[in-house]
Amino acid sequence: MADTPVRLTPQQFEQLGKELDELRQRVMADLGEQDRKYIYDIIKTQRGLEVAGRGLLFLGFFPPAWIAGVAALSVSKILDNMEIGHNVMHGQYDWMRDPALNSKMFEWDTAAPAENWRHSHNYIHHTYTNILGKDRDIGYGILRMDEDQEWRPYYLGNPVYAFLLMLLFEWGVWAHDLEIDRQLKGETKWSDYKGVRKRMWHKGIKQALKDYVLFPALTGPMFVSTLVGNATANLIRNIWAFNIIFCGHFPTGVESFTEEETENETKGEWYHRQMLGSANITGGSLFHVMAGNLSHQIEHHLFPDMPARRYPQIAPEVRAICEKYGLPYNTGGLTKQLTSVAAKIFKLALPSRKKPTTPPSSNVRPLKSVAA
Amino acid sequence: MPGLKLLEALTTPHGLDRYLELVNPMLTVRELRARVTDVHRSTSDTVTLTLRPTRQWRGFKAGQFVKVTVTIDGVRRTRCYSPSCSQYRADGKIELTIKAHPEGLVSQYLHRAARPGLVIGLSPADGTFSLPDTRSDPLVLISGGSGITPVLSMLRTLVDEGHAGEVVFLHYAYTEHDVPLKREIERLAEGRPNIRLAFAYTDAPGTGDLNGFFSVKHLRAVAPRFAEAQTYLCGPPGLMKSVRQRYKQAGVSERLHTEDFAPAPVAAVGTAGGTIHFGRSGTSATNTGASLLEQAEAAGLTPEHGCRMGVCFSCTQIKKTGCVQNLLNGSTSSEEDEEIQLCINTPVGDVTIEI
Ligand SMILES: Cc1cc2nc3c(=O)[nH]c(=O)nc-3n(C[C@H](O)[C@H](O)[C@H](O)COP(=O)(O)OP(=O)(O)OC[C@H]3O[C@@H](n4cnc5c(N)ncnc54)[C@H](O)[C@@H]3O)c2cc1C
Ligand code: FES
Repeated sequence: MADTPVRLTPQQFEQLGKELDELRQRVMADLGEQDRKYIYDIIKTQRGLEVAGRGLLFLGFFPPAWIAGVAALSVSKILDNMEIGHNVMHGQYDWMRDPALNSKMFEWDTAAPAENWRHSHNYIHHTYTNILGKDRDIGYGILRMDEDQEWRPYYLGNPVYAFLLMLLFEWGVWAHDLEIDRQLKGETKWSDYKGVRKRMWHKGIKQALKDYVLFPALTGPMFVSTLVGNATANLIRNIWAFNIIFCGHFPTGVESFTEEETENETKGEWYHRQMLGSANITGGSLFHVMAGNLSHQIEHHLFPDMPARRYPQIAPEVRAICEKYGLPYNTGGLTKQLTSVAAKIFKLALPSRKKPTTPPSSNVRPLKSVAA
Repeated sequence: MPGLKLLEALTTPHGLDRYLELVNPMLTVRELRARVTDVHRSTSDTVTLTLRPTRQWRGFKAGQFVKVTVTIDGVRRTRCYSPSCSQYRADGKIELTIKAHPEGLVSQYLHRAARPGLVIGLSPADGTFSLPDTRSDPLVLISGGSGITPVLSMLRTLVDEGHAGEVVFLHYAYTEHDVPLKREIERLAEGRPNIRLAFAYTDAPGTGDLNGFFSVKHLRAVAPRFAEAQTYLCGPPGLMKSVRQRYKQAGVSERLHTEDFAPAPVAAVGTAGGTIHFGRSGTSATNTGASLLEQAEAAGLTPEHGCRMGVCFSCTQIKKTGCVQNLLNGSTSSEEDEEIQLCINTPVGDVTIEI
């Protein structure tokens, strides 16, 4: 694909920043009872499905009950992790001052402790989005997801690692904060992670105990059936979350950045990087809810603390702003985005044909598509 | 309770209450809440609510306050209210009398929208404004406007105890019609010669027992033994100031116990300067000398708070390092990792707060 340079002048960056700030201001000032009702309705649905799912597994000897139970539990876990957990922990509902939905206090139904995740995700990933060497979002640690990541023979296994990460996603996120890759490079030491490890064990054990010991034991003779059911629900959630999340940053066309080009960024430039570093997935409203509205990754990265139900509402405006400044708005159906990500994972397993070029370190940078 | 432990393990990470509340908001294991059972609008701008707390409620001492949390347009708001009923109330319910302030968010909401069935958040009772454990004699209870609630609770409690000592109840209002629960108060004194009621009206000369604003004449007329008494005072700032002055002049300030409902004007203390680091949010600001709560808000943060006057402890946060001065009493403290109230502390030099 040919390079399509888009240059914004400093004035344009400033104007872009202003327009997006205004959009944000407008929505945040409008938050109220309807947003509270929305998230509580989702929570009620999730808790209801969870109770139903756990209950149905008591009847696991009857295959349709087992299947329905696993389905309900899977949807419950997906809602809990994505539309509720991820979004609450971003502080999207902190304005409600409700301790039950406070970003600092919320825990989600997955192995990774909220506190570890908040640091690596809310702070590191959302601040340094798609800056190579700084963004440690899931993927960058173990996979080669960008041409500019130097190839090593280890990356021949790229598709295998990605597949394993998908199946074990919950535990991948759990172990993520140990930053094994940085430890191996000698940047950090095992002893730096004492607090992280303590939280990991605490949370991991509780989660495993609940899903793999207590609930199976409660169902008595159905122990194995319940255990397999719970494991299946966790697996389905893993596969779903992995796919949605990988479509958010890695489809072809999504930009990555270097540390030099993002030094002394203005707000406008920050917004600009967030937009170019993310990709949306199109779909119906049920799909968006199941995706925790991460299918509106562009809007989410612009305004991570805005209640996610607002993303679909502002998407047309964000898109219009992109068009106005000639910026790409990367969006597509799930199949298209997934195929694109999969192709990338396979392609980057092999060394790049040409040496990665060092991009110019000016604020105004010609945008190029990461070659397809 | 191993059963409860198991349920908590099964409902990890959210905990049992987060499931139970979806079935019935009053069905909680840990959280204290209350249901409004009765709503009574006794004057045009006050509302009296009767609340039935959940079983975690441990009661209160007459004069203490509770924190009430309501959700208004999606946002939870917490305010302090002093129960006005006797601490011995037989049915275990509590009664709050709330004055709707013209611009007030929570008080207007409760006045307008409170109805039987409404479930609100409740805190355990707190505060040091309460009768001495050995009831002294005589007792003087002075109140103005909505400040009637804690002293009315004291009066009702004393009546329930069959207290035989002298009690003076002096209340200030604009007119007779602004006294909430007037009839009931009068009934308390019926047949009890040791209880003396006096209503003073500031805007309706000649209609009350006394006329106009507080003066030493009032005190002499209804409580000639005030200098030997323990006095409990709650009301608007003007009343509080005059009474305090009077007690000071008489050299009996230590016999006067007070409760403030309205935030005190912030005293100009110390010199501004230094930097406040808000550790968790990673922002910082130059110290202006205002309270940490105000400065945090000016920096775009939204720390939890309630009364904004040092009473309710909603705004307590951990100060990692640095020195702060208490705006109420001027004392300074430079302990590390200390819990401080943001609303009544101002930095002295550089300070790091975990918000
Ligand atoms: C220990 C304690 C006990 C209390 N007990 C009672 C009680 O029993 N009954 C009761 O009605 N209130 C009581 N209050 C006051 C109550 O907590 C609220 O401050 C009051 O209801 C106003 O809240 P709001 O949300 O309506 O007003 P806000 O929206 O918070 O304030 C709106 C405006 O009103 C002013 N304002 C706030 N409070 C007062 C006040 N008390 N007097 C004058 N102006 C004020 C503010 O400065 C502001 O300009 C008590 C307060 C404390 C600290
Ligand atoms: S807000 Fe009440 S103590 Fe500070």
